[in-house]
Amino acid sequence: MDALILSRIQFAANISFHILFPTITIALGWVLLFFRVRFNITKDERWLEAYRFWVKVFALSFAMGVVSGITMSFQFGTNWPGFMETVGNIAGPLLAYEVMTAFFLEAVFLGIMLFGASRVSARVHTTATFLVAFGTTMSAFWIIVLNSWMHTPQGFEMIDGVAHATDWWAIVFNPSMPYRFAHMMLASFLTVSFLIAGVSAFRWLIGGRTEGVRVALKTAVFGAAMLIPVQIFVGDMHGLNTLEYQPQKVAAMEGNWETDTNVPLLLFAIPNEELRENTFEIGIPNLASLILTHHADGEVPGLNDFVADDGTALHPRVAPVFWSFRVMVATGMLMLAVSWGASALMLRRNADRTGRRGVEGLPKPVLYGLVAMSFSGWLATLAGWYTTEIGRQPWLVQGVMTTKQAVADVPAGMVASTLIAYLVVYALLLAAYIAVIFYLARKAAKGEPIGPNVPQSTKAAVTVAAE
Amino acid sequence: MNTFGDPTVWLPFVFAALMGLSILIYVILDGFDLGVGVLFPFANEAERDRMVSAIGPFWDANETWLVLAVGILLVAFPAAHGAILTALYLPVAIMLVGLILRGVAFEFRVKAPTPWKATWNRAFFVGSLMTSLSQGFMLGMYVMGLTWTLPHVGFALLTAVFLTVGYSFIGATWVIHKTEGDLQRKAVDWAKGGIWGLVLGIGAISAATPYVSDRIFGKWFTWPEALYLSPLPILSGVLVVSLWLMLRRMPFAEDRYSWAPFAAATGLWGLAFGGMAYSFYPYVVPERLTIYEAASAPESLFIILIGTCIVLPTILGYTILSYSIFRGKATELRYD
Ligand code: HDD
Ligand code: HEM
Ligand code: HEM
Repeated sequence: MDALILSRIQFAANISFHILFPTITIALGWVLLFFRVRFNITKDERWLEAYRFWVKVFALSFAMGVVSGITMSFQFGTNWPGFMETVGNIAGPLLAYEVMTAFFLEAVFLGIMLFGASRVSARVHTTATFLVAFGTTMSAFWIIVLNSWMHTPQGFEMIDGVAHATDWWAIVFNPSMPYRFAHMMLASFLTVSFLIAGVSAFRWLIGGRTEGVRVALKTAVFGAAMLIPVQIFVGDMHGLNTLEYQPQKVAAMEGNWETDTNVPLLLFAIPNEELRENTFEIGIPNLASLILTHHADGEVPGLNDFVADDGTALHPRVAPVFWSFRVMVATGMLMLAVSWGASALMLRRNADRTGRRGVEGLPKPVLYGLVAMSFSGWLATLAGWYTTEIGRQPWLVQGVMTTKQAVADVPAGMVASTLIAYLVVYALLLAAYIAVIFYLARKAAKGEPIGPNVPQSTKAAVTVAAE
Repeated sequence: MNTFGDPTVWLPFVFAALMGLSILIYVILDGFDLGVGVLFPFANEAERDRMVSAIGPFWDANETWLVLAVGILLVAFPAAHGAILTALYLPVAIMLVGLILRGVAFEFRVKAPTPWKATWNRAFFVGSLMTSLSQGFMLGMYVMGLTWTLPHVGFALLTAVFLTVGYSFIGATWVIHKTEGDLQRKAVDWAKGGIWGLVLGIGAISAATPYVSDRIFGKWFTWPEALYLSPLPILSGVLVVSLWLMLRRMPFAEDRYSWAPFAAATGLWGLAFGGMAYSFYPYVVPERLTIYEAASAPESLFIILIGTCIVLPTILGYTILSYSIFRGKATELRYD
């Protein structure tokens, strides 16, 4: 393997690891705010109980997000020097704002949120929780702006091979940004919903049947049930936007080689780049045309339109895009089935002695199912990002520069050895992270205090002491 | 934008100054908490807990300065970011793995099941060591002009060891300041053992720098520049001697001057750093790329500057606040 492909795998590994934790913190901040506000209104302790448990998970995820974020800011220089040299004038300010928003909120409000619940007034604590949630969301906003600009660049001119900004408004509000940002925010909320539902179901199953667990589980399942249809709708809109700006990506997602009308939706296929056809396929007639153009006989672009005169492909490799897209959509459909099924069971007045609605209505297999789905959001999110990013290849910034032009001239062996080191560390940390979450859940189910409340960071300690 | 003169001149200069400041603050602040990590094997279990609580409230804000420094390099001098980091590919990767390991160890030490604590302690030590060694190595390579030849690598390996010992020295002075009793006495010994790392490190770099480039040689040894520079070595010498005299008699009665070794160490870093900045200016990639050639377009820099003007004072103010709230001994740092 050459340095290019190894660098791509390494970048993919690093950013995939990083995105896992912001995906949790972005939405979990808002969910914590919801718990906090519900407590303020109802004065019902169970909301606070839910807050106390999940704020620990937030702290752990935030720490993982920060350390993996540091890796990200070195990556561009070590592996993709051409990227900043060419589009640095645009990427620079956007990246700067991403990291600065993260800093700003952290420095000022994170400590109050993590450790101040019993030390500051309810209003101050609620405000701090809001500002942390808002800050992580802004951080995500800026980075998605940059990423979307790389897919649908505008508002710049090239002078001597270097991009110069001409219109910041056009750069920030580039055509794919609203869809990508909405879809990512919803992905984050769904990821967190299924995480809370799964961990709460786990606590319920091992006997920790407290009121706090009950409300967390209900909030999460009903939240997921409401959001998943919206996500599917936004996903569809996102696809239509991609069809307009990056048709070659949609062709790869559909596994469609020839531009045609009445195109079927393929459920399964084995794309073959050599023969430039699918060696095997199962599909539903006309459905792809219907979804993408809203007409059963609409025209869907084919990959063969994107081949240079000398035969080199100007479209991404088909199989990874085709399959990761299916993994995402399948996970979405599974989320729909599970969250709606569980909601229906909880809404039904159940037959047990208490006659209560709610968590008691969930049979054991459903609870196990929820536990199994704990990290389904991660799966869908990563699959979605692979579709998006691999689908952009061979371009790094669509139509402006290719990935190959950006790659660093470092020996492949060096990239390979560091890649292995990163992968080992990431695998271990991921295992530790998941194990610790379930360990905290087990401790909470036994009614033990979960961890000392000693601030583990400056920000935390200072704001507490300052009170 | 033109009120202050030519923005293609003052903007790169401002960002270079900000970056220099961030790096200096970083090596002092993260220097001491990395140093504490490097000293872990010399301490017993109870001492380790106290050492961690002496840095616990500070370490991640300390690391913020690294993110800021690299961030400025990335967004303000993109060409230099690429040139420097590709040349330092391997040590950067080692540093990142080290930073990840030690960063998460803080959280996991207290959240993971008890039997795992020893493992996370080890991760904390190994991570700190990897980070210090690789930073020292990068410093050496940078001084040598970022070219991988055998003598240069040899020099960088030396600076790797010197910087690590130097970090453990400044870490020990922090422990002297933050603890009392046996641990404090131990830390005085560590500091006495570690001071040579700093002295040899500064000495090696000072000796090597002028010989790598004629330009720097000229800056150092021509009249009257040499005169302006002379306070640097003289002050450094005075600081080293007084540090040595002080450490031999520490701890003083009633814990007086426990802050002095740390303050003196900070002064030494500052002088050494000032000397380096003076030598290398205006280059950001030694002898290849000046800050003016490497800078982003002024309109982009200006947008970043606005954000920086908000964030930098916040972080600075916050840092000062945190250190003044947490003055005093580490044992007092417990909350319920
Ligand atoms: C919980 C996560 C999740 C779920 C359930 C879905 N997605 Fe998604 N999808 C993402 C999480 C995600 C993502 C990770 O957030 C991506 C990557 C980039 C982006 O904007 O969103 C994405 C990308 C993405 C793209 C690629 C856009 C591009 O060209 O860049 C399309 C077309 C869709 N999605 C469509 C869908 C559809 C039709 C779904 C119906 C089930 C769906 N997504 C479920
Ligand atoms: C390629 C790009 C990226 C870079 C260079 C980057 C850089 C960073 C850095 C340095 C931090 C740590 C800041 C600190 O020390 O507080 C951070 C944190 C964060 N990043 Fe990224 N990041 C990238 C991609 C992303 C993506 C794709 C997202 C989400 C969509 C994201 C969302 C966040 C958030 C919300 C935080 C706050 C900390 C947290 O919640 O974990 N970043 N990032
Ligand atoms: C949020 C989560 C993200 C994920 C999971 C992700 C995933 C990926 C993957 C899998 C690749 C490799 C594509 C391939 O090699 O075929 C890639 C490439 C890349 N992405 Fe992203 N990406 C994300 C966001 C971003 C953001 C926010 C930026 C920019 C700031 C970005 C910039 C890049 C760059 C520079 C590459 C270069 C390597 C390449 O194209 O192969 N990505 N990303």
